[in-house]
Amino acid sequence: MAKVVFNEEKCKGCYLCMTACPKKIITVAKDRMNAKGFRPVEVLEMDKCIGCAMCATMCPDCVIEVFR
Amino acid sequence: MEQVFKKPEALCDVNLHYCPGCTHGIVHRLVAEVLDELEIEGKAIGVAPVGCSVFAYDYWKCDMQQAAHGRAPAVATGIKRVLPDKVVFTYQGDGDLASIGTAETVHAAMRGENITIIFINNAIYGMTGGQMAPTTLPGQVTQTSPYGRDPKTQGYPIRMSEMLSKTDGAAYIERVSVDCVKNVVAAKKAIKKAFQTQLDGKGFSMVEVLSTCPTNWGKSPVEALEWLRENMIPYYPLGVYTDKTGE
Repeated sequence: MAKVVFNEEKCKGCYLCMTACPKKIITVAKDRMNAKGFRPVEVLEMDKCIGCAMCATMCPDCVIEVFR
Repeated sequence: MEQVFKKPEALCDVNLHYCPGCTHGIVHRLVAEVLDELEIEGKAIGVAPVGCSVFAYDYWKCDMQQAAHGRAPAVATGIKRVLPDKVVFTYQGDGDLASIGTAETVHAAMRGENITIIFINNAIYGMTGGQMAPTTLPGQVTQTSPYGRDPKTQGYPIRMSEMLSKTDGAAYIERVSVDCVKNVVAAKKAIKKAFQTQLDGKGFSMVEVLSTCPTNWGKSPVEALEWLRENMIPYYPLGVYTDKTGE
């Protein structure tokens, strides 16, 4: 059981995390923007997360916290 | 559930001003993680450059000084000589280190100053709007080389790691990249070793980090990483160029 938590307000929508995720479960949130005007990322299928932290390793803005 | 990844303590909880996908953020985090792991945040003094990373003094919790353009190694030399028990590092871009600050950098290496330099090479001037830098690749289009850099008139890109590795004073020089997870992990290892080299009093250490500038390259952040991989790494090969640390 693992999970990631996104600090959406810090996200700048670069989506480097999406390319790093080996399970390809990170997607762009289509229904909302943050105060900066970027569409943040989200994980809808959190049960598939393995907590590898590869997304957080590539994130330039420390948006992601990983729990395992 | 245990937290396995979080913002390092040595990094301030602020929004970095960098463009989306700029790898400065990754390198800032790696330096902060190393400051945490070596438990040197309290005695580290960073020197910020001129360039996009000029505001670096707002991002690390350690003491910071901002230097005139290119003069960070000279300022760091002064700080280190007055306060030899502190850990002194500079964080410089390619316009700062490889252009206006080349003399300061080369002579700091020649003197074997016991400082650490984190050198961000993104092959372009970022803050001023995407002009050609000394590190711009042949054929690369920038604001001041609209037909691509032509080595016949504009010279060849400068390879700082190779150049400084020939100096007698340099103790540890490595070139790394932050284009993928594997290389980010390797980059952190190199940065940690560079700081350790200073802690052991072995002399000048520098880590050159191949980085992206999505905005001025005119690419998306993901495309920029691919461009780095396909174009920059062949010209700027990754690896250790000098290691006199004896490990």
